[in-house]
Amino acid sequence: MKTLRKIAFGLLVALILLFCLFPFYYAVLTSFETGTAIFTPSYLPDSFSLANYTQVLGRGFFPRNVLNSILVASVTVVLSLGLGVSAAFALARIRFRGRKLLLLTILSVSMFPQIAVLSGLFEIVRGLGLYNTLGSLVMSYMIFTLPFTVWVLTTFMRDLPVEIEEAAIVDGASPRHIVLKVFLPLMWPALVTTGLLAFIQAWNEFLFALTFVSSNDTRTAPVAIALISGTSAQETPWGAIMAASVIVTAPLIVLVLIFQRRIVAGFTSGGVKG
Amino acid sequence: MAQLTLRNIRKSFGRSEVIRGVDLDIAKGEFVVFVGPSGCGKSTLLRLIAGLEEITEGELGFDGTVVNDLPPKERGVAMVFQSYALYPHMSVFDNMAFGLKLAGAGRGAVEERVREAARLLELEPLLDRRPRQLSGGQRQRVAIGRAIVRDPRVFLFDEPLSNLDASLRGQMRVEIARLHERMADTTMVYVTHDQVEAMTLADRIVVLRDGQVEQVGAPMDLYLRPATRFVAEFIGMPAMNVLPAERTADGKVRLQGGAAVDLAAPSGAGTFSLGIRPEDLRLAGEGEAAFLEGSVVLVERLGEAQLVHIEAGIAIPLVVKLPRSVRVERGDRLRVAADAAAFHLFEESGRAVGLRQEAA
Repeated sequence: MKTLRKIAFGLLVALILLFCLFPFYYAVLTSFETGTAIFTPSYLPDSFSLANYTQVLGRGFFPRNVLNSILVASVTVVLSLGLGVSAAFALARIRFRGRKLLLLTILSVSMFPQIAVLSGLFEIVRGLGLYNTLGSLVMSYMIFTLPFTVWVLTTFMRDLPVEIEEAAIVDGASPRHIVLKVFLPLMWPALVTTGLLAFIQAWNEFLFALTFVSSNDTRTAPVAIALISGTSAQETPWGAIMAASVIVTAPLIVLVLIFQRRIVAGFTSGGVKG
Repeated sequence: MAQLTLRNIRKSFGRSEVIRGVDLDIAKGEFVVFVGPSGCGKSTLLRLIAGLEEITEGELGFDGTVVNDLPPKERGVAMVFQSYALYPHMSVFDNMAFGLKLAGAGRGAVEERVREAARLLELEPLLDRRPRQLSGGQRQRVAIGRAIVRDPRVFLFDEPLSNLDASLRGQMRVEIARLHERMADTTMVYVTHDQVEAMTLADRIVVLRDGQVEQVGAPMDLYLRPATRFVAEFIGMPAMNVLPAERTADGKVRLQGGAAVDLAAPSGAGTFSLGIRPEDLRLAGEGEAAFLEGSVVLVERLGEAQLVHIEAGIAIPLVVKLPRSVRVERGDRLRVAADAAAFHLFEESGRAVGLRQEAA
């Protein structure tokens, strides 16, 4: 009975893994194939060639596009966390009228579908003179990264013991010191989690990136991939597209692997009783 | 000269007034303990002194200057919290050094002060540890160390021992008493609900009730001469027996439904109460007039003594503290007596009538 349950559990895990990883596995597999091999379905690697990678990385703007993506996503994350932490401090620790209303308003911002705000946002981007710049993307991405950053950080900060803050006040710390030297180190897990989510959202965003920038050297990677075309309209260069997709996915996996060590549970234990 | 002066201090949270006009002078170097039941406002009063809460009305003076609007660091206070409130991400050394560094002390000075405090509190081997690697007692010592290094004018303790287990609490109590001796110039204000801590540590105890001062005095004064029935019942363990009494025809005191006591009743009519501490009661000798007579309903053996509850036909069972050598069993009939000087009389309002003759 016990072994049966273990086997069933193992099978279930395997099924979930297969479901999650198969698309990516197939993309990796395809990216190493060339010519007609791409069009014969095979589930095990039978040929290996880096031709697709050299083609994608060697040709024109793709490396630049990846760099743009890194830049846009990083700046978005840094700005979101910076604004998020200071907003969270105010919303979690300072009592003022309309605090709840403000929190709900912030949340409601993220409820509009992207397509609904697209045209209005386009006008704003144009009005600010940000059209076809990476700034337009950073600005528009913060529309969806900020609300959840502020929410998660506010919830987290509210749970930090008040006594620690009061001890810091008695020690002579200003609000800036409290946030930077006491709260930030304690908020690492929350910062890493929200930062990572914000990064992934900004990294994968397609619609705004397609709309607000239009030239090859300001484009971000997802749009660039979609625009990879073959020599004729009849040919879709699957190999190159798959290679580009793998290149774009890799940084996310690396980031998650690096930061998962920092998401340490119970980091705040020991400061107050218990 | 009084270092800390509280003048008609009031504090309201919204509509409810928590501190209702407190006047108090605390001298430099004095160890003052605020006690009272939970909700009496003792912690709030401490937080007002610390500057963590805003004073609604009244004047708080430090060395003659009004500090109502000064932030904690400019008042020169240090505080030890019930829950320790250490910075979890910092080592013991950094926890203690945090305030000094913020104040802009040089590296050498910080090092020296922290080492000195660590030596005082026997924390030297632990300086590199994180708070979560320490026991409760060690954490509280770090919290005290953090307060010491800043060399405060006023040292505030908010129920610092409440989270520790009983044996550790006794040990830390002694350490705090020693600390006070060594820092003779530092004023200490200590909040607790534990009257043993209050009695043993304080130079003066402030008993608070519903946001007002009920009585201020040296521990033994409060014990021997409680000004009100509330203080009488609050100070002393086990609590004082307070029994309804009345006036006899010849102006003596008589328990309601009980014996007369050789004690002049207060002038003026009305009911009043008679108080007697369990430890002031003894078994009546042969031929001696008994204060009360009744049968034992419960014996609590504490080890060094025993608490005997006697049902004597009055409203509440009488508690008598007897030496352990006396053999008492449930159901025994006992006659108890006490010196007339050991009695306390309280008016209906709760105020004590006259004062006991016994010297402190």
